[in-house]
Amino acid sequence: MRIDVKKTYKLYIGGAFPRSESGRSYEVKSAKGVFIANPSQASRKDLRDAVVAARSAQAGWSSATAFNRAQILYRVAEIMEGRTSQFVDEIVALEGVTPAAAKKQVEAAIDLWVWYAGWCDKISTIFGATNPVSGSFYNFTTPEAMGVVGVFAPQKSSLLGVVQSLAPVLAAGNTAILIASEKFPLPAISLGEVLATSDVPGGVVNILTGITAELAPWMASHMDVDAIDASGLSAAQEKEARLEGVENLKRIFAFKGDQTPQRVLAFMENKTVWHPIGI
Amino acid sequence: MILTDGSESSIKSFLRTLSPVDQVGADARAAMLATRSIKTSSKVWAIDTAISMIDLTTLEGADTPGKVRAICTKAVRPDPSDPTVPHVGAICVYNDMVKIARDQLDASGGKDIPVAAVSTAFPSGRASLEVKQRDTEDAIANGAQEIDMVIDRGAFLSGNLAKVYSEIEFIKGICGDKAHLKVILETGELVTYDNVRKASFLAMAAGADFIKTSTGKVTPAATAPVVLIMLEAVRDYYAMTGKKIGVKPAGGIRNTKDAIKQLVLVNETAGPEWLNPQLFRIGASALLNDLLLQRMKIRDGHYAGPNYVTLD
Amino acid sequence: MTFEYAPAPESTAVVKLKPEYGLFINGKFVPAKDGKTFATINPANEQHLAKVAYASESDVNKAVAAANEAYKKIWSKMPAAERGKYLYRIARILQERAREFAVLESMDNGKPIRETRDVDIPLAAAHFFYHAGWADKLEHAGMGSNPKPHGVVGQIIPWNFPLLMLSWKIAPALATGNTVVLKPAETTPLTALLFAEVCQQAGLPAGVVNIVTGDGKTGSLIVNHKDIQKIAFTGSTAVGKGIARAIAGTKKAATLELGGKGANIVFEDAPIDETVEGIINGIFFNQGHVCCAGSRLLVQENIQEELLEKLKRRMALIRLGDPLDKNTDLGAINSAAQLAKIRELVGSGDAEGAERWSPACDLPAKGFWYPPTFFTGVTQANRIAREEIFGPVLSVISFRTPQEAIEKANNTPFGLSAGIWTDKGSRILWTAKHLKAGVIWANTFNKFDPASPFGGYKESGWGREGGRHGLAAYLKGVH
Repeated sequence: MRIDVKKTYKLYIGGAFPRSESGRSYEVKSAKGVFIANPSQASRKDLRDAVVAARSAQAGWSSATAFNRAQILYRVAEIMEGRTSQFVDEIVALEGVTPAAAKKQVEAAIDLWVWYAGWCDKISTIFGATNPVSGSFYNFTTPEAMGVVGVFAPQKSSLLGVVQSLAPVLAAGNTAILIASEKFPLPAISLGEVLATSDVPGGVVNILTGITAELAPWMASHMDVDAIDASGLSAAQEKEARLEGVENLKRIFAFKGDQTPQRVLAFMENKTVWHPIGI
Repeated sequence: MILTDGSESSIKSFLRTLSPVDQVGADARAAMLATRSIKTSSKVWAIDTAISMIDLTTLEGADTPGKVRAICTKAVRPDPSDPTVPHVGAICVYNDMVKIARDQLDASGGKDIPVAAVSTAFPSGRASLEVKQRDTEDAIANGAQEIDMVIDRGAFLSGNLAKVYSEIEFIKGICGDKAHLKVILETGELVTYDNVRKASFLAMAAGADFIKTSTGKVTPAATAPVVLIMLEAVRDYYAMTGKKIGVKPAGGIRNTKDAIKQLVLVNETAGPEWLNPQLFRIGASALLNDLLLQRMKIRDGHYAGPNYVTLD
Repeated sequence: MTFEYAPAPESTAVVKLKPEYGLFINGKFVPAKDGKTFATINPANEQHLAKVAYASESDVNKAVAAANEAYKKIWSKMPAAERGKYLYRIARILQERAREFAVLESMDNGKPIRETRDVDIPLAAAHFFYHAGWADKLEHAGMGSNPKPHGVVGQIIPWNFPLLMLSWKIAPALATGNTVVLKPAETTPLTALLFAEVCQQAGLPAGVVNIVTGDGKTGSLIVNHKDIQKIAFTGSTAVGKGIARAIAGTKKAATLELGGKGANIVFEDAPIDETVEGIINGIFFNQGHVCCAGSRLLVQENIQEELLEKLKRRMALIRLGDPLDKNTDLGAINSAAQLAKIRELVGSGDAEGAERWSPACDLPAKGFWYPPTFFTGVTQANRIAREEIFGPVLSVISFRTPQEAIEKANNTPFGLSAGIWTDKGSRILWTAKHLKAGVIWANTFNKFDPASPFGGYKESGWGREGGRHGLAAYLKGVH
């Protein structure tokens, strides 16, 4: 009888997989109450480091061509597809669903990721504009990445929820710090492994596992985080976050599983430029 | 032909007549030239030519007589096992190592290899004119036949072009006919290609014999587009004045591929007349060993390894 | 000391040429019904490459029927996201087999390997990749909430960018839900046939893409087929007008990418060295076989002499020769027929009093070649100022004021492209505003991107390809 080699689930920060600087971990159990793993319990310092990593990766990621970002995101989907059975196993264990249902979730997650990848090089065509101002001026509006976005993945979905929140933020050219679902964190870390092996530059995505209520206030108050996807926060937590985020006027949005380019646009700023037209 | 009288307004007027540079277009031209595929006989020629153009350099605080002597022997006979390898173009050291270098070169058969000294408060250039003068005079007194001076980038960027000009003119005066003058623009600090073009013309008008990209202490250094701009400048200056000025890229040219790309840039910009050590030098240290390894591969038909070149 | 570049040939071993190719119909390669074939050669050395099938009426009917079946039974029923995934697969396989395609294209067309490797093939793959992402986003494209494809579309492409033109046609057609019958040009069928293999490798359902090789007659059969309601054509203005005549009075829609006589306008404050590169790129890239070529240089008179000096010096560096040599800049003219056309028009330039200049150039003994050339002393009335030469020949005309530049640039039945060279942003925008051209390049030239719509005003054609705007052609009732 073969004993399998169990995976240690660490954080994903700056392209590497460190444990929490606090040395803490917490227990994740299956739907049936059986022990599965001790993923790292991220601290505010891990979050601080993740923000630094996200910020230093941001200029490069947003200045890559849209086509290049789309190619990289599509590559992520290619690697995800190859890891389907690993994701299925994790989802079955965590959510207690059947393998068939888990496989459906994985396939939906991959297809959704591909959908957002295809938005990278179309967003500014559709949502940018040349504006017919009065006077001899050329005037155009172009949506740009906001910067560093904190993403709270939905609590009740292990993989699909992560993709719903993370993919649009990246398609917009932002870098991200993803706080995984507290009860279902493992596919998020496995996604980190996918990202690490698919040409995504280190720091573009950073993934922390841990206690949402502990991490949320630090994310919300961090002055170098530009925006937050609060989909994984409770109503009370979201209100707290909005109050904390006022200090640097964070842009904070929460979505309910929507699949729409609006989720990309939410994390973009519109820049308008004027230029004279003359001899 | 007098392009400027050295006064601030005259220099500014002259520089304004220069064509602007489109950065994207310049990058594209440099990138296209980098696709040239140099193989077989042309690669052999290019490797030997590159070796003969190297200003073999050591510019470290920790330089010692031993270190300097080592690179001088290397300069004369880069490959101890192969006497057909040409010697390098020059040795480049700090002022206080010039005599050691000259003596070692003379003693090991390198009489016709010049010693270049960096000068004028290299690399920053942040010192008084008196200090820069003394720096240069010492180097020449110690036997330097080439002076690599730095321009005052602070003065350039703040619009005090007359100061930049007059310093070059002054140092050139000290060099006289004892030493040729290379003027380091430190293109990494100038940033824009328009600045590189302007600084190139300013240096040439003030008396530079060579314009040089960098001190090697700042990145980016000798990128292909920057070298392209400088080669265009010497080409145009020659058309204006009949004088040929040399170009020296320094910093970031680490391997044979890089070196050959530089030669292609010269060939298709300033032209074949610049393809010799009198008009083109490459400031480098690690490059020489890579050229030797590539040379060995062509000679022997298989890849060589680091044990077959000397680490100095 | 001269720096001679030794020959640096790209190996052809990566290409496995078959002696004979069939038509690609319903997912399989089949011979023409009557077994007829024709040959394709390498224009750089006139060597025979392969025989390809000649499609006659029954073959075209078979292809259209297959496309129709595939549309009705499979493609129109397939969820859009799945359609997109086929296009992603095709894009990725093109990337995987990039070197093979680049070498084959160079052999069949005569263009340099550097261009196929660095421009044609990567852009073709990018076109499929870009359009893959549109398949399931059409309701966001500003074309209505539920835009519908035509069904079977007929596509006829030219010989100047064979694989790239194929990707410009097939990618948007498939992304929007159409199926395709495509005829590559007579002298350049091979990369289209290799593309058919890619469709097989991608598992594309049979009949979604059909490739029928042949000549102008085959093209007419496609244009006039009763089950094809939409035609996309790139080629000469003369043939384009013929298609427009053929479909007048029918319900068929057509987009046409036709000829051009692009004006490359150089103002006195242009960044001169980059401008020279832009002029060179504008007329000598792809041997001038480019509909949007900058074939007229409109130079501000006060810098004409200086510019032409620099242009001559730069032209002397152009390396003409074996297209498979990685250092070749200028390859072969695609065919004897095209070479004859170029010579005829150049002859008219000489006869009409313009002054011709080429750098000294050794032309290979075999194959079809023309040296890079420009004419000065050209006036608007000269044939070389009005007619498309489609070769490496530039006509130089001067102007004094911006208004005059506009007047001369627009004084043509064509309206495909133009270039503007100046340091002044407002002048770029003013000039662009007044030019009657569908694609305008400022301080650059011949840049293409799947996200950027391409197409002409006036007799340069109807419609746009690429970008959001390019989807319109393939959706019913959208402009």
